[in-house]
Amino acid sequence: MADTATESAFVEFERVQKSYDGENLVVKDLNLSMPKGEFLTMLGPSGSGKTTCLMMLAGFETATHGEIKLGGKPINNIPPHKRNIGMVFQNYALFPHMTVAENLSFPLEVRKMGKSEREAKVKRALEMVQMGAFGGRRPAQLSGGQQQRIALARALVFEADLVLMDEPLGALDKQLREHMQFEIKRIADNLGITVVYVTHDQTEALTMSDRVAVFDDGRIQQLDPPDVLYEEPKNSFVAQFIGENNTLEGVVQEIKGDTCIVKLDGGEVIDAMPVNVAGVGERTRVSIRPERVEFNKDRLSPDAHTLKATVKEFIYMGDIFRTRLSVAGNEDFVVKTRNAPDAVRLEPGQQIDIGWLPRDCRALDA
Amino acid sequence: MTHSTTEPANFTGAAPKAGPMLAADGRPLKKSLARALRRQKLRALMLVAPLLIFVLVTFIAPIADMLFRSVENQIVSETLPETVMALQEWNGESDIPDAAYDAIYFDLFTAAEAKQHTRLGTRLNYEQTGISSLFRTSGRQLDDIGDDVHDALEDINPAWDEPAPWYQMMNAGDRPVDTALLDTKMFDMRALTGEVLEGDLGFAPAREVSDLLPRTAAAYTSWAIYTALVDGDIVAEEDPWESVFAALASDLQSGADVSGYSGPGADMLAEAAANLDALPAVDFRNVMVGIDEDWGALENWQTIKLYSPDYTPGYFLNSVDMQNGIDGAQMRPENERIYITLFIRTLYLSLVITGSCILLSYPVAFLLSNLPARSANLLMILVLLPFWTSLLVRTSAWKVMLQQQGVINDVLVWLGLVADDSRLVMINNQTGTIIAMTHILLPFMILPMYSVMSTIPPYYVRAAKSLGATNWTAFWRVYFPQSIPGIGAGSILVFILAIGYYITPEIVGGTKGVFISNRIAYHISSSLNWGLAAALGTILLAVVLILYWAYDRIVGIDNVKLG
Repeated sequence: MADTATESAFVEFERVQKSYDGENLVVKDLNLSMPKGEFLTMLGPSGSGKTTCLMMLAGFETATHGEIKLGGKPINNIPPHKRNIGMVFQNYALFPHMTVAENLSFPLEVRKMGKSEREAKVKRALEMVQMGAFGGRRPAQLSGGQQQRIALARALVFEADLVLMDEPLGALDKQLREHMQFEIKRIADNLGITVVYVTHDQTEALTMSDRVAVFDDGRIQQLDPPDVLYEEPKNSFVAQFIGENNTLEGVVQEIKGDTCIVKLDGGEVIDAMPVNVAGVGERTRVSIRPERVEFNKDRLSPDAHTLKATVKEFIYMGDIFRTRLSVAGNEDFVVKTRNAPDAVRLEPGQQIDIGWLPRDCRALDA
Repeated sequence: MTHSTTEPANFTGAAPKAGPMLAADGRPLKKSLARALRRQKLRALMLVAPLLIFVLVTFIAPIADMLFRSVENQIVSETLPETVMALQEWNGESDIPDAAYDAIYFDLFTAAEAKQHTRLGTRLNYEQTGISSLFRTSGRQLDDIGDDVHDALEDINPAWDEPAPWYQMMNAGDRPVDTALLDTKMFDMRALTGEVLEGDLGFAPAREVSDLLPRTAAAYTSWAIYTALVDGDIVAEEDPWESVFAALASDLQSGADVSGYSGPGADMLAEAAANLDALPAVDFRNVMVGIDEDWGALENWQTIKLYSPDYTPGYFLNSVDMQNGIDGAQMRPENERIYITLFIRTLYLSLVITGSCILLSYPVAFLLSNLPARSANLLMILVLLPFWTSLLVRTSAWKVMLQQQGVINDVLVWLGLVADDSRLVMINNQTGTIIAMTHILLPFMILPMYSVMSTIPPYYVRAAKSLGATNWTAFWRVYFPQSIPGIGAGSILVFILAIGYYITPEIVGGTKGVFISNRIAYHISSSLNWGLAAALGTILLAVVLILYWAYDRIVGIDNVKLG
């Protein structure tokens, strides 16, 4: 089994470190391994080291320490043009003095491919991104979305082993961005290509990826499929960064198997699931998703702990209601309820009791 | 009319017609828009007006004047009006007609009195060497024949020496006036002196005298106009020019019948006619050839005839080593050709200089646009440093560097690369011009290149590399094409500056390395042949415009970016 695991690892980062100035590490001890055909997203706030990782993979930056392997071979000393990695840049980087077809033909020309073969491949790549009729245009004559498609086609046309995308949808408007997310995902799935995708947009990461690596402070905080990442964050940063989240702080009082009792700073006691706690008597930060908060007592177990809450604000958002509560000293405790026929509309000032299932309330690092 | 009534009416009226769009008040929308923008346009015009006027006065007007000077040639017809007319019938090959000798005697006499004949001599000397001195010496000796006639007439009747009898005879008084003669002579004198000539003439030629003695009347009228309106004297009190005496002798000898004349001075004339033998024979051909035998030479007369029109292609022909001949334009003899060689050399050297500027500037501009800001700024100061030194100082510095006993040769000899007796000749030839001008024009190439290169984002080259291009391919296929607009802008700038450069070739160019502009400067300030200088300048301007047009056709002027 161990053999197959390393064999299937197509891209590997082994203890990779990167420093630009010799004083600060931008990437600290990065370990990552991804199999062929995976769509992996590097997600994180700016300055978290995700783009640096991508540039090291592409060969535009050298790792200060550690090894990067592609298909089992170290590529640290291979120049970018010999790595056979396709890349889609943030600003597309389509060559403005060439037509669309010439842009696509460029990687094939430098690979000394014959003319007829080149033309066939360019045609196929253009059709794949539904831009078959645009071969003769210049990039400047295309819209942002069209340029995006061409940039994608150019990264794919030479059948690269790996395609890197550096925030490729950053410059598009919301609607087009959502459309392109599905488009890219569809093409990637159809071709079965391996993709490393960098973004700071969590929705993008969640909708497109097989796995997401959440970066912060030069480290991967969590590397998991989107659903795991959302529902089972391993630490408070991931819980905060992915989706909306309510946080309460307190001290672990008791751990019983997969539940624990946390005494909040205000003195209230709640049930939680110990995920990342140091032990009894240590501080913790519990995290509850807004849609997992329950204020219908009948749905909770009879011995569940509940909290007193005061309604601060009620916002009608169409498909959901968003209610802001004051809970245990947290003024920004948000609850989302589905706009179902039996849904209750709360009034500001109203006093209610709220609770949750212990497995939805994760006790994480302080 | 209120809005509530007009608006619906307009709306219903305009929509089905699909005519011009109407504004709310019923006027065509285009007109309303133009009116709304007029104030803005006016203000914009006022803002650019100072520069516009400055450019018009100091740039457009001088250029127009220069273009005009290159073909302007009124001086011949202004100075020799009668001669030009007399030569019209002449075919340029046969014997020179007598009328021409008649005319040139009086024309030259008047011009010499007005001190304009040497000016014309200088002008015609550009075309035919020797004419200048011919005109100058002739001007001094035209009096001689008149003096002889004067003495002879005085011997016949002392009254000829008095101004009054002359005046009474020539002036119309109560008799009919020959207005045509007066007008012609006034016009000619205005053209000759270039003055307005207004005031009381106090004289009008009598028609019966001008019919009887045409040359005398014409000469006397010219003199009278000059005396009264240029010198400001009274005609009746002054002695006429000697040309008038010569004219009288000529008129009498050519068979004027004075017996029918009964006006003032009739007896004096009859007396003179009766003593014709006592007067020296006045034949203007002999007079002129007697003054200088060159007046018998065909080529001098051909030159006068060729340059008698008001506008001439002569300067332009000279500019391309041709000359105007009686049989049409033809190339000058091999050993007199100079300008074509100079034009070709100017273009060739400018191209070489532009080329070497491109080669030297490209790496510098590339470095400038890719270095971190601090080092780039330092480098930029080094690039701009030459701008802060005087052009003359820089050029003179090259003289010190390049001469045979100069720094470079000394170093080469010291290193043993060059023998002491075979030091390199790098100055006062084309090498000197190329080296010094390349250095001086370098910033004009670097700056446009830099400003274009600094707009090329680094991700293009990265993209090319990620697509599999080597460093060289990424540069040559992706970076270089995008930097071409900078090369284009720099090349145009350097080439046009180089083609008109003057000081540097003058100092380091010797004879083999001078440009056409040095020749233009010579004609402007030394030979004073402004017409030729203007023609050379016009050709230079045309060449630059043609090259610019060709550049636009081949490269496209849209591809030129200065920043």
